[in-house]
Amino acid sequence: MLELKRISWDLPDGGEILRHIDLTVPDGKLIVVTGPNGGGKTTLAKIIAGLETPSGGSIWLDGQDITGLDVTQRARLGIAYAFQQPVRFKGITVRMLLELAAGGSLKENEACAFLAKVGLCAREYIDREVNASLSGGEIKRIEIATVLARGARLSIFDEPEAGIDLWSFSSLIDAFGELRGKLSGSLLIISHQERILNIADEIIVIADGGVRVSGPREDVLPKLLSGESFAGCPVMEGVGCK
Amino acid sequence: MSKITEMLLGIVSDWKGGFTGAFNIREDGACAGRQSSQNIKIDSKKDAPGLVIHVLPGTKGETVYIPACVTHGDVDDLVYNDFYIGEGADVVVTAGCGVHTDSEEEARHNGIHRFFLDRGARVVYREKHVGTGSGTGAKRIDPVTDITLAEDATLEMDTIQLGGVDSTVRTTRAKLAARARLLIRERLLTDGDEQAKTEFEVDIDGEDAGVDLISRSVAKGRSHQEYHSVIRGNNRCTGHSECDAILVGSGTVNAAPELWAGHTDAALIHEAAIGKIAGEQLLKLRTLGLTEQEAEEKIIAGFLK
Repeated sequence: MLELKRISWDLPDGGEILRHIDLTVPDGKLIVVTGPNGGGKTTLAKIIAGLETPSGGSIWLDGQDITGLDVTQRARLGIAYAFQQPVRFKGITVRMLLELAAGGSLKENEACAFLAKVGLCAREYIDREVNASLSGGEIKRIEIATVLARGARLSIFDEPEAGIDLWSFSSLIDAFGELRGKLSGSLLIISHQERILNIADEIIVIADGGVRVSGPREDVLPKLLSGESFAGCPVMEGVGCK
Repeated sequence: MSKITEMLLGIVSDWKGGFTGAFNIREDGACAGRQSSQNIKIDSKKDAPGLVIHVLPGTKGETVYIPACVTHGDVDDLVYNDFYIGEGADVVVTAGCGVHTDSEEEARHNGIHRFFLDRGARVVYREKHVGTGSGTGAKRIDPVTDITLAEDATLEMDTIQLGGVDSTVRTTRAKLAARARLLIRERLLTDGDEQAKTEFEVDIDGEDAGVDLISRSVAKGRSHQEYHSVIRGNNRCTGHSECDAILVGSGTVNAAPELWAGHTDAALIHEAAIGKIAGEQLLKLRTLGLTEQEAEEKIIAGFLK
């Protein structure tokens, strides 16, 4: 179980992005974090993975305070993170990246299974370099495949839908469902996509640096959908144009 | 053959106690073994130290090995090897050079290789360089490669320097006739106070010929590298060069690519990037559980692969 206690984060110029966030990701649950752009969702995900350091508060994983641990230490404790803007490497192939993620060599069919879940043909991609020759959609799928290959305790996906076509998206939803089914594996997905919101156990709406609404999907989603005509996030007052 | 030669052969060529097919092993300036095959004849050069290698027209799927090793200091080996590749042949040439010194004296190998590819011939040329040994004597390798490609000929050159070479000047010159293709992939790693200089000079004379130069290098420690390429498009042709360098520690790199278009339909492109390993690349690998040091090693190993 992951717990965030009164997490805050400030910009270098002093502007406050996150303010006293309390959040719990129980084992075996799929939590979707949503809310308007600029609300601090990506920052929150980076704080959990250790890519950003909070200015206040603490982070606990299975009862252990991991606030002072760095990225590597958190990854080794079982936190996986899929970047919203995946990183490109000259010379590192899809196979190498998947094997680094899996922590050892992968058989052809194992690597193929991870790539198939994101709609890529292993034969075509496995020996390609993760470089600028890949399109935005291709590299995004490979990024997600590396996190699937981690088989982590907690997998965080930052807007996985971006750049994924309709056909691949269905298999991605299935992959999230499969990950959730795994014993003690939890998922934290940042998304605006209704189909991802639809498979959530719980939905957390982050806006204005705080948790605006959170709870079971059945309670939160109808409020979100009923406000579709608003340009901003429907469950927040004073955000967006009404 | 000495144990050091066997060790060097293991690093720079496919040596597993022997070679199949045509080969010549050069050890401290002398011949330590030679064999011709039915289609590939290896003879001593008459006017200078070195070899003349003839590959018969139409030869397919054979590999010729010509490694050279310097096993101790106070050796300055100079060799001239000429390759004549017959029409329509398709072969692999594995060169490779290792220099070793455990003394204070310099160990140097200077290989001058000339390739003459006949019409439609294809060669994959693999060249691997390494310096070893505990001596303070400088280890130097200064290869020169001259390539002449006839119509429709193709040469792919894979050149790698693995480290341990104190000083190297690597010169490659090529002339391309119509529809000829040249692909050069260079991988270079320098560390400590090592110096490396690369010179590429390519004349694309024939219509619809093309060249692709790809250089990837890593400069560690206080090492310094110089890269200079000239592609001259003298006809309707394509030319592309790409020079990427990673700096680690206090390594420095000077890249000076040059394009010369002597024809309105010469399409020439150059790309270059020099810098430290991007912070986000290290972060990505750290999110997979690697330490910063392990991430750096993986990124460099992949880059130079």
